[in-house]
Amino acid sequence: MSRADFMPESNTTPRLEPRLRRHARPEGGERVELTGPWILRAFEAQLTELAGQLAEHSRDANRHWDLSGVTRLDHAGALLLWRAWGGRRAPHLTLRPEHEAMFSGLGAPHPREPHPGRDWRDPLVGLGSRLLALRDHLLDFAHLVGRIAIDTASLLRKPRDIPWLEISASIYRTGAQALFITALVGFLIGVVLSYLSSQQLKTFGADIFIINLLGVSVIRELGPVLAAVLVAGRSGSAMTAQLGVMRVTEELDAMTVIGIPHTVRLILPKVLGLAVSMPLLVVWTDAVALIGGMMAAHWELGLPYSLFLARLPDAVPIANLWLGLGKSVVFGVLIALIACHFGLRIEPNTESLGTGTTDSVVTAITMVIVVYAAFAVMFSDVGSFG
Amino acid sequence: MKRCLIEVNNLWTSFGVHIVHRNVNLTVNRGEVLSLVGGSGSGKTTLLRQMMGLETPSAGEVKVFGVSLQHNDTDEIQRIRNRWGVLFQQGALFSALTVYDNVALPLRELGTVDEDLIRELVLLKLGMVGIERNHATKMPSDLSGGMVKRIALARALALEPELLFLDEPTAGLDPDRSESFVHLIEELRRDLELTVVMVTHDLDTLIALSSRVAVLCDQSIVAIGTLAEVVKSSHRFISNFFQGERGKRALQAVAEALVR
Repeated sequence: MSRADFMPESNTTPRLEPRLRRHARPEGGERVELTGPWILRAFEAQLTELAGQLAEHSRDANRHWDLSGVTRLDHAGALLLWRAWGGRRAPHLTLRPEHEAMFSGLGAPHPREPHPGRDWRDPLVGLGSRLLALRDHLLDFAHLVGRIAIDTASLLRKPRDIPWLEISASIYRTGAQALFITALVGFLIGVVLSYLSSQQLKTFGADIFIINLLGVSVIRELGPVLAAVLVAGRSGSAMTAQLGVMRVTEELDAMTVIGIPHTVRLILPKVLGLAVSMPLLVVWTDAVALIGGMMAAHWELGLPYSLFLARLPDAVPIANLWLGLGKSVVFGVLIALIACHFGLRIEPNTESLGTGTTDSVVTAITMVIVVYAAFAVMFSDVGSFG
Repeated sequence: MKRCLIEVNNLWTSFGVHIVHRNVNLTVNRGEVLSLVGGSGSGKTTLLRQMMGLETPSAGEVKVFGVSLQHNDTDEIQRIRNRWGVLFQQGALFSALTVYDNVALPLRELGTVDEDLIRELVLLKLGMVGIERNHATKMPSDLSGGMVKRIALARALALEPELLFLDEPTAGLDPDRSESFVHLIEELRRDLELTVVMVTHDLDTLIALSSRVAVLCDQSIVAIGTLAEVVKSSHRFISNFFQGERGKRALQAVAEALVR
């Protein structure tokens, strides 16, 4: 075998040029001669120009087409010619035998599909299908909650099957691993809130009330909702994506076939885990936010730390703390349920995974705020602002 | 003169301390069908992915159309990419796009082809792989695995490639579909002068299509040549692969067909 046998193709690709020339035939009429490669890669930007020239030449039905000089022909080249000839074979055509196959399967051109026009009923249909989808979601959600209730009841009868390992893993992932981000956000919010309030209170000479203001707003309202929003974004999306990927990779089906119910092994641990880790996270967020607020009050008002800490228990009745913690348990359960609901609805394709995760986080955060508002109304006379 | 489209020179691949390829050399000539054969984990798919530029070898060079995939600017590599088509094992259709848009995508990305010609080309390619027009508006998730694979082939052929990479082309197809798939590839190769590099476990496909077979084993290519040459090799893996029950049956069927 000689060296030349293995010479690679030249690195500099030779310029490919499809050419088209017109000749007058001696016996009268005209002949169009095509040469060079008539392949997609060779057309590049000349495609429109070539198509125009071809169309012009094919206006004369008696023109003779000579394709014997075409070195290479592919489907794109053949279709380009076919289209110029009006969806049929040119009557006077010289063709290389090996190119015959390219034209064999071609038929009449396919007309452009008419674009569906706008219908005045479209918005109505859209609204209706959205309402139906909402009903679907609510039914599915109720189904999920019911399923969990039934499985929990059966677990209580067989405590050996309680998935302790999964629950503790869930507490670790949603709680311990969220400590840093909740602390950072809590601290900054505490500082900002305290700084802004201090400036206002200073003008009234009501400096000492910064403790009441910060204590009640952070422990009762801000701490729980802040932690819930962060957890919804962080853990809620992870839960939805995990269940979604398990659906895509058929792991959920594999579990069903083995006889492991999803609710017991996947969903219950998430719900219980978040129900435990949420209040713990809220205590942590509250503490860090109050520290931030205390520091800002010290800088802005010169309030000593010892006074702040000594006055705090009197300023904030303990009922506020219980209320905040109670809310956080509800938020935790709600976030986990919503995340699992959307995760289980994901269909096995990438598009659905993306929209499912987005919908899950948006719904969870919205629901947290709605429930938060409902709580504020319901418990307005609990924990007076002493 | 034989012209080689792909050149693999002194290629090494290692994942950590685990060496997958040890000094692999391979050439693929224009117009041939080269099959890569080897046990699971022997690095066939890795080698195929390196030929497409999806993975970079630890050492050595891969040249496609005479252009090195390791040492070149992105424009040059993009030009090369437009000259090959790839059929992935699971089809890898874009799930957000319809069947039609999946096949039209490479053509639209070119930016030089008008929408009318794109439509004709897409419908032609879909027709070639035996997909009826009423499936064109469906989403990939509504289709069976075999159809997804055929549509993926239509997409791979959209840019009229000179080189086709097939990763397990007949895996997951029923025997009848495998048969027609093999016929289709054979036909395309004749009409379009395609060069094909494929990884396959399916002996029938291997025997029906390959003009040459390369056997990857023990981190290198232990045999390469026509099927008849490779089968004669006394290497442990090759004798197990071709002289096992299934291999014998497949080879015998070919021999009988030749006699007839």
